[in-house]
Amino acid sequence: MARGGTKVEQQEGGAGGPDFKASMTTRYGLDRAFTVLVTVAALVGIAVLAVLLVDVIRDGSGMLSLKFLTSFPSQIFPENGGIYPALIGSLWLLGLTAVISVPLGLGAAVYLEEYAEDKRINRIIEINISNLAGVPSVIYGLLGLGIFVQLLAPVTGGGSVLTGALTLSLLILPVIIVATREALRAIPGSIREGGYALGATRWEVIWSHLLPMALPGALTGIILALSRAIGEAAPILVVGVSLYQTYATTGPFDGYMALPTQIYDWISRPQQIFQDSAAAGIVVAMAVLLLANSFAIWLRNRYQQRS
Amino acid sequence: MKGVSLVETQKTGRERKVSEVSRDQRDARQKGDGAPSGDGSTLGMKIQDLAAFYGSFKAVTDVSMDVQANKVTALIGPSGCGKSTFIRCLNRMHEVIPGARAEGHVMLGEQDIYAKSADPVNIRRRVGMVFQKPNPFSKSIYENVAWGARINGYRGDMDELVERSLKQAAIWEEVKDRLKESGHGLSGGQQQRLCIARTLAVEPEVILMDEPASALDPVSTQKIEDTMDQLKQSYTVVIVTHNMQQAARISDYTGFFYIENMGDPGQLWEFDETEKMFSNPERKETEDYVTGRFG
Repeated sequence: MARGGTKVEQQEGGAGGPDFKASMTTRYGLDRAFTVLVTVAALVGIAVLAVLLVDVIRDGSGMLSLKFLTSFPSQIFPENGGIYPALIGSLWLLGLTAVISVPLGLGAAVYLEEYAEDKRINRIIEINISNLAGVPSVIYGLLGLGIFVQLLAPVTGGGSVLTGALTLSLLILPVIIVATREALRAIPGSIREGGYALGATRWEVIWSHLLPMALPGALTGIILALSRAIGEAAPILVVGVSLYQTYATTGPFDGYMALPTQIYDWISRPQQIFQDSAAAGIVVAMAVLLLANSFAIWLRNRYQQRS
Repeated sequence: MKGVSLVETQKTGRERKVSEVSRDQRDARQKGDGAPSGDGSTLGMKIQDLAAFYGSFKAVTDVSMDVQANKVTALIGPSGCGKSTFIRCLNRMHEVIPGARAEGHVMLGEQDIYAKSADPVNIRRRVGMVFQKPNPFSKSIYENVAWGARINGYRGDMDELVERSLKQAAIWEEVKDRLKESGHGLSGGQQQRLCIARTLAVEPEVILMDEPASALDPVSTQKIEDTMDQLKQSYTVVIVTHNMQQAARISDYTGFFYIENMGDPGQLWEFDETEKMFSNPERKETEDYVTGRFG
């Protein structure tokens, strides 16, 4: 029969047959070469980070102390100055931005992935969101200036930390939306069908199954986005971050300082002491990022274990 | 009262009792539901002139059949002839696919599930479905079973319901010590029986199974078939299968779906008692198919 014939052919044309000439040495050689290549590629990233860290820690170690964390910056006695208001301001920015952007981003992603039908208007929204992710951050600053600082001043209090957080939220929303959509799309349709087949509404399926399953993936996007947000100087410079203020931020309508702008301010001064302060500031900023990321990764792993 | 039912586990040959508690409760409930009881056999579902579409493409046309209550009805036929599409129309799951819709009437008891007033979410609770590939939720075994009952407002003892459902699906013994573990840790056959338990937990009237054993090994298949035999005492079962022997073994009625020409919609070519379908079918195509001459 036909089936038996194919079998015989396959045996004759096996890897040892006369039509196969590639040598194993060449193939293993390529394999090794590729291994070296990708290892080098991975090490470049680590090496750059290591050099950067060593460099700033060396420069900033003279200034780094608990006092540096709890003091206000000073132009008259820079050696006694600190980063306290900028640190507090950045923490406020981080928290408010997360509170604003995460629910909005998750919501938008759920709408686009689970509710939107393939209509013209939805396709336009999709293309827009993808493009927004590539807009330079200072442009978001200008948008924030127009809307949150001027138009919505009665609500936001003008150049408040809330305005800064709203502006940064606009900046990172596209990243969160795209990451969450990818995560939702990776969930097999059979999970949704299984839910519906039990007499669940769409909301019940989304809340009980889709969001928990998408959360680890969404959190990866949220981590990246928030890291970017608190490292940004350009947009908050436009919407009114203070380069110096005599009080630490205590509420969403207060003025605020921020780590990246504080570092920028110090680094633009020629004296060595300010350069060292900037290096110490960079170490603090990286520590904040690292802590925030660790928390998010811990959260993500917790959810992955549950599922 | 029915006798104590026995399910044989293939691996050990050990005999195991299946809970009787639920069955009486269910029987009582079904009577109370006011399903039309004819003389002798009751009607589970009555399908009239059902057609199913994907966009403008008509996938299934003119299906009329009576599904008997407390019987297993098997749907067989070559690939792509609309069996799965048809079965998904019986609990309004077809329309979940974008652009898909169905026309016609499907009577579930007194209610036409395609009437304007019919609520698909409620219909799906009453007509459960087990899919081709096991699709347990990313939750614990316990939660997989309890979730459906909880969203449907189950007020009774949840632990008892979970245990009873898992027993009915013949998987209790295997999972009773690890109810808190993820459903994904189970084997394919166990996952499928977990999905059956999950379906039973919302106490449907009809259970639809879309090739429930096609992705499983023979031992698991045997367990699913045993389970089905138990289920028909309390439920009406409709099953799509590619396995002719399976249809012959487990079903009381068999429907043969067929497409006459490429591109035509699938039709219900012949529908009769399983015994007749496999021994003396009316139509030549049915005979060719059940004897394995094509498909």
